[in-house]
Amino acid sequence: MPEGQFREGIAGGRLSADQYADNFSDLHPPLDHHEALVESDRCYFCYDAPCMNACPTSIDIPLFIRQISTGNPIGSAKTIFDQNILGGMCARVCPTETLCEEVCVREVAEGKPVQIGRLQRYATDVAMGENKQFYPRAEPTGKTVAVVGAGPAGLAAAHRLARHGHDVTILEARAKAGGLNEYGIAAYKSVDDFAQAEVDYVTAIGGIDIQNGKALGRDYQLSDLIRNYDAVFLGMGLGGVNALRADGEEADGVINAVEFIAELRQASDLSGLPVGRRVVVIGGGMTAIDAAVQSKLLGAEEVTICYRRGQEHMNASEFEQDLAAANGVSIRHWLQPKRVIAEDGKVTAVELEYTALNGDRLAGTGETLTLVADQVFKAIGQSFVPAALNGSGASIDLEAGRIKVDAEGRTSLDRVWAGGDCIFGGDDLTVSAVAQGRDAAESINRALTSNGRA
Amino acid sequence: MADIRNNFVGIKSPNPFWLASAPPTDKAYNVIRAFKAGWGGVVWKTLGEEGPPVVNVNGPRYGAIWGADRRLLGLNNIELITDRDLQVNLREIKQVKKDWPDRAIVVSLMVPCVEEAWKAILPVVEETEADGIELNFGCPHGMSERGMGAAVGQVPEYIEMVVRWCKQNTRMPVITKLTPNITDVRKPARAAHAGGTDAVSLINTINSITGVDLDSFAPQPTIDGKGSHGGYCGPAVKPIAMNMVAEIARDPETQGLPISGIGGITTWRDAAEFMALGAGNVQVCTAAMTYGFKIVQEMIAGLENWMDEKGHASLDDIIGRATPNVTDWQYLNLNYVAKARIDQDACIKCGRCHIACEDTSHQAITSMVDGVRHFEVIEAECVGCNLCVNVCPVENCITMEPLAAGVMDQRTGRPVSPIYANWTTHPNNPMAKVAAE
Repeated sequence: MPEGQFREGIAGGRLSADQYADNFSDLHPPLDHHEALVESDRCYFCYDAPCMNACPTSIDIPLFIRQISTGNPIGSAKTIFDQNILGGMCARVCPTETLCEEVCVREVAEGKPVQIGRLQRYATDVAMGENKQFYPRAEPTGKTVAVVGAGPAGLAAAHRLARHGHDVTILEARAKAGGLNEYGIAAYKSVDDFAQAEVDYVTAIGGIDIQNGKALGRDYQLSDLIRNYDAVFLGMGLGGVNALRADGEEADGVINAVEFIAELRQASDLSGLPVGRRVVVIGGGMTAIDAAVQSKLLGAEEVTICYRRGQEHMNASEFEQDLAAANGVSIRHWLQPKRVIAEDGKVTAVELEYTALNGDRLAGTGETLTLVADQVFKAIGQSFVPAALNGSGASIDLEAGRIKVDAEGRTSLDRVWAGGDCIFGGDDLTVSAVAQGRDAAESINRALTSNGRA
Repeated sequence: MADIRNNFVGIKSPNPFWLASAPPTDKAYNVIRAFKAGWGGVVWKTLGEEGPPVVNVNGPRYGAIWGADRRLLGLNNIELITDRDLQVNLREIKQVKKDWPDRAIVVSLMVPCVEEAWKAILPVVEETEADGIELNFGCPHGMSERGMGAAVGQVPEYIEMVVRWCKQNTRMPVITKLTPNITDVRKPARAAHAGGTDAVSLINTINSITGVDLDSFAPQPTIDGKGSHGGYCGPAVKPIAMNMVAEIARDPETQGLPISGIGGITTWRDAAEFMALGAGNVQVCTAAMTYGFKIVQEMIAGLENWMDEKGHASLDDIIGRATPNVTDWQYLNLNYVAKARIDQDACIKCGRCHIACEDTSHQAITSMVDGVRHFEVIEAECVGCNLCVNVCPVENCITMEPLAAGVMDQRTGRPVSPIYANWTTHPNNPMAKVAAE
């Protein structure tokens, strides 16, 4: 037995090196050539295919699958990239079980959808493996566009703008590009440094300059961008983490789940990454699942997700919930954090209160439960931090705390577009961010190339 | 329990499943394994005349096409007749027949198209106590270039001539194996009949190229950069073979001529279909070459179970039962009207029926009704073509429902007539026979 598995407190080295490697290997290993042919043959090539309509980027799924089945994975990849230049990552991280695969007619017919996500990965892997670039840049337009944030929305926008011949500068606060693809998302969904490989693939089109360590509001202001560029695309995501609003949450060992996940994604040696023996995760979304499952995979003995509403209200998909259960995470419902109990400043337990719906209103019942914990992850959602937009001279209209945009991604400010998690009305999915970035880029292109514009 | 013992032109076997003349029946070793597995009989791989052995290519002898999961759908070969010494084959045939007296052993033969050659081989085959001979007039490659095999089978006069020689020179039953590489298979069957053959067997393999290597631009199978047409067989040829069997079975000139059915038979059901169309027994090759000899156990049990279920006591109860229902197009009832019907509970909404009908046929299936994805037959447009049934991935989801006599056909606006009427009397037919006054 590896030393330290049952060590109290927050500690690394709970598992053997082999176990770390095994635990964090590819969740869905790639299909091999023959598997891809067999799986692609299951597609019925539906008319007006439900899968295609369910895809936020509207990839022509029946066509790309048919292209795989005919031995044309390169053509298949182009069909995917035509709509979604981050099709490789989306193939890995999309909750396909609630998008394309949920409406696949084979899901309806037999409860076994065509494995669209894995087929998409197969085709995009082939093309990216050959670094096959499909899109030559148009003649230079002489126009410049600033993109804030090198996440999925920003990269998708940048690629489409570069295609149209515009010169793009991406300003990224972090040390690496990729956004949540690089810093979020469970490690077993994006192995072998795929996020960086995808950034390289996307930027290989040329005309995209990524400047790292440039944070909006700190290193430059929105007004600078408006002044210096022909257009601006805001895709900076969500910078804030919602508070528990429980007493004592400042105790040592109470950590933002997104930071834990980012640290894990950047760790070169997972055995050096400390994790609690008994972990409690507060939340019910994908981030909660990712933090909980990865805690377990790092060797935590007990991991419990506590969600304040019922199973049917969880944002995490059924697949994700099952994944957590299969990894030994227990998910408890109708529990909200009340108090973090600490000794010597370190968390030792969480006191939770049972909840119930009173009509539409959620309220504590008064009954409490105390769970022993040496580490608590906060995963109750992220929020947009508008402070960085200050200093823009004119303020951008917000809606429910996020940037308000129209159908084309235009903000209330002239020549400023936005997309991804920072805008109101999205669903916080990678694939939706890609669609918004792409569509905003088209809108920007129309604006920049029409007569009479800057 | 159904009795599936077979008596084909006096050759008895415990079941109607024979292995066709091909690699699986080239030597005693294989044939004994086949008999142990339960095969009712074999047609021993074609013997040629005494002399230097036949030479085969030393590269690929087979090409194939596959379904997505490498299910073998069609196989082609460029192998020739046996390349083993004649005397070795004869010795083995004699020994195996002696050891397995209840199984049928028929010997396939192919010698030059001169009477002396046939006169020479027939007695030595007879001496083995084999149950009969099959004349290989079908082999489409190699041997045909030397005036044998299909080169004979494509000339009815030659067939009749050789069959007559054989009938005159042996007491053994003669089965004439026919090539499908001919325009009208009834002609060689009639010729064989005229020559006195005891039976015909068909089909032999079909001239084919299974693929082209798009790097070397060579046909497959490829021998040193070149390819030659081979003989196609396996599940893909079954519909072609069944039609040819039926054509001979219903031809007045050959009516009653026993037929050994061959061509893509893989399951008991395939065998039952061939027999229903008039085959007295069946021969199998590709299925055995794909899965091994054990498949015969499925064939035996499946045929017995079906016969028991349907109350067919013996093979005579099923052989030829479908033959009278095979007719010419001109005799089909033009007053029969069927309409597609989609079972909405079974429908998975893939839309294939809609797009097939919309793009390529009669615009008779909806895709959207009241803003909802919904596939339903528009009876006023449906001609009953059955394409939707064939493209639907769900079994029995779309069915063709006949309209009862008197019911209004919404497409024509006329009630369905209860009277059988065909093209021969149809008013649009300039050649129509005048209906009885």
